[in-house]
Amino acid sequence: MSLVSVRDVHKYFGELHVLKGIDLTINAGEVVSIIGRSGSGKSTLLRCMNGLESYEQGAIILDGMEVSTDEFQVRKLSHSVGMVFQSFNLFPHLTVGENIMLAPKLIKRVGKEEAKKLAMEVLEKVGLADKFGQYPEKLSGGQQQRVAIARSLAMKPKVLLCDEITSALDPELVGDVLKVLEQLAAEGMTLILVTHEMNFARDVGDRVVFMHQGKVHETGDAKEVLANPQTPELQQFIGAVL
Amino acid sequence: MSYQLNFGALLDYQDVLLDGLWMTVKLTLISTVLGILLGVLGAAARRHRNAALRHLSKAYVELIRNTPFIVQLFFVFFGLPAIGIKMTAIEAGVLALVINLGAYLTEIIRAGIDATPKGQLEAARTLGLSSRQIFIRIVLPPAFQRVYSAVVSQCIIVMLGSAVVSQISVPELTFAANFIQSRNFLSFESYLVAALFYLILAFLMRLAFNLIGARAFSRKEKTL
Ligand SMILES: Nc1ncnc2c1ncn2[C@@H]1O[C@H](COP(=O)(O)OP(=O)(O)OP(=O)(O)O)[C@@H](O)[C@H]1O
Ligand SMILES: [Mg+2]
Repeated sequence: MSLVSVRDVHKYFGELHVLKGIDLTINAGEVVSIIGRSGSGKSTLLRCMNGLESYEQGAIILDGMEVSTDEFQVRKLSHSVGMVFQSFNLFPHLTVGENIMLAPKLIKRVGKEEAKKLAMEVLEKVGLADKFGQYPEKLSGGQQQRVAIARSLAMKPKVLLCDEITSALDPELVGDVLKVLEQLAAEGMTLILVTHEMNFARDVGDRVVFMHQGKVHETGDAKEVLANPQTPELQQFIGAVL
Repeated sequence: MSYQLNFGALLDYQDVLLDGLWMTVKLTLISTVLGILLGVLGAAARRHRNAALRHLSKAYVELIRNTPFIVQLFFVFFGLPAIGIKMTAIEAGVLALVINLGAYLTEIIRAGIDATPKGQLEAARTLGLSSRQIFIRIVLPPAFQRVYSAVVSQCIIVMLGSAVVSQISVPELTFAANFIQSRNFLSFESYLVAALFYLILAFLMRLAFNLIGARAFSRKEKTL
């Protein structure tokens, strides 16, 4: 059975028809890169998948749960889906460790010692075990983003949504974050990424979804689609970013 | 100008003066703590999902900010007994101070809340936190930190404003100064000393708040 299933989803911002019938099925362990021009609806689609954004028509089923913006439903979903944002969004008044332990403690009622162990575990995974007691403002952007990934992982989600998570980083810090994603992919984590990193999409990703004007315009195996784009829109897009 | 300053004569009344000072300190401590609590609750209500709570909080803030404190005080002390709510002068004074401070702090803390980056809320929601958890754990602490200096100033204003409760005979510092100068006619000395005490209190209050703030908002690395 598929882990994420998006069926004929339509989304409006007032008059603006942003998603125009999206169909997408993602299996466990897949790494899917969503690409497309600015304004094509990539972020909106991602945000609909974990209940940050509502949709007017269609259905999204994630890990057997219907996705909606209802608070109770969003809380239930948090056990299955994590999200990492372009702007890190670490909580500035909490240390790295506290950022990570917060949700497991509050939502999963994990005990103090166990939460600490869990935090160290995910921090080691992103190579920042020594930052446990540090505050986010003392970290570089790349480090903050890796903490944000660790924070999501601490909830042991089945799928991780990433919205341009390297776009706010200095070029020399992008690599460290991508390395973490690559490692997660190798461990079998399901990843859905909105990204401009074409090399990453090709080399690490399984599938590419090209969005254009609110629709999935072209999709398929990552290497194939990027090497041989069929539609003129995708050809033009790839030409522009490479 | 041949006025002979006579501070020595105040020593006869030092007990009255010190009792008044102590009363002012107590009034300030209680109304600061309760006022901050009320301000947090007011701000929470002001940004609550429930529209009735939002309106209620807004009405409270507007009512208090647009009427004189002394009228609020008289209403509590002289007005409320008419509908059966009686209290001592001290209780009435504290209540009026708390209500007054709470209204201003509601507005100040609300501004801090509104400056929360949207992404923080989204991250917290995505992690599965409830609205209440998000407010208490994620929104409130940085919001409070953002407006801390305004909160401190407002608390000091209310400490100074507590002088007004002398009008309902709460024996605090200003009441003591009034009393002393009515006995020995040393208005200049009495009020100068009272002013000096207020100045020292304001200074100490700011110092205490700064120490508390430095501790509470420290971003120094924590060890395991
Ligand atoms: N909260 C909102 N209110 C109104 N319109 C919005 C809102 N969020 C997005 N939009 C609009 O919806 C469309 C799709 O936005 P979306 O953010 O999904 O695009 P995107 O593909 O992620 O673009 P980018 O690459 O710039 O991030 C855009 O036209 C955008 O202006
Ligand atoms: Mg976007």
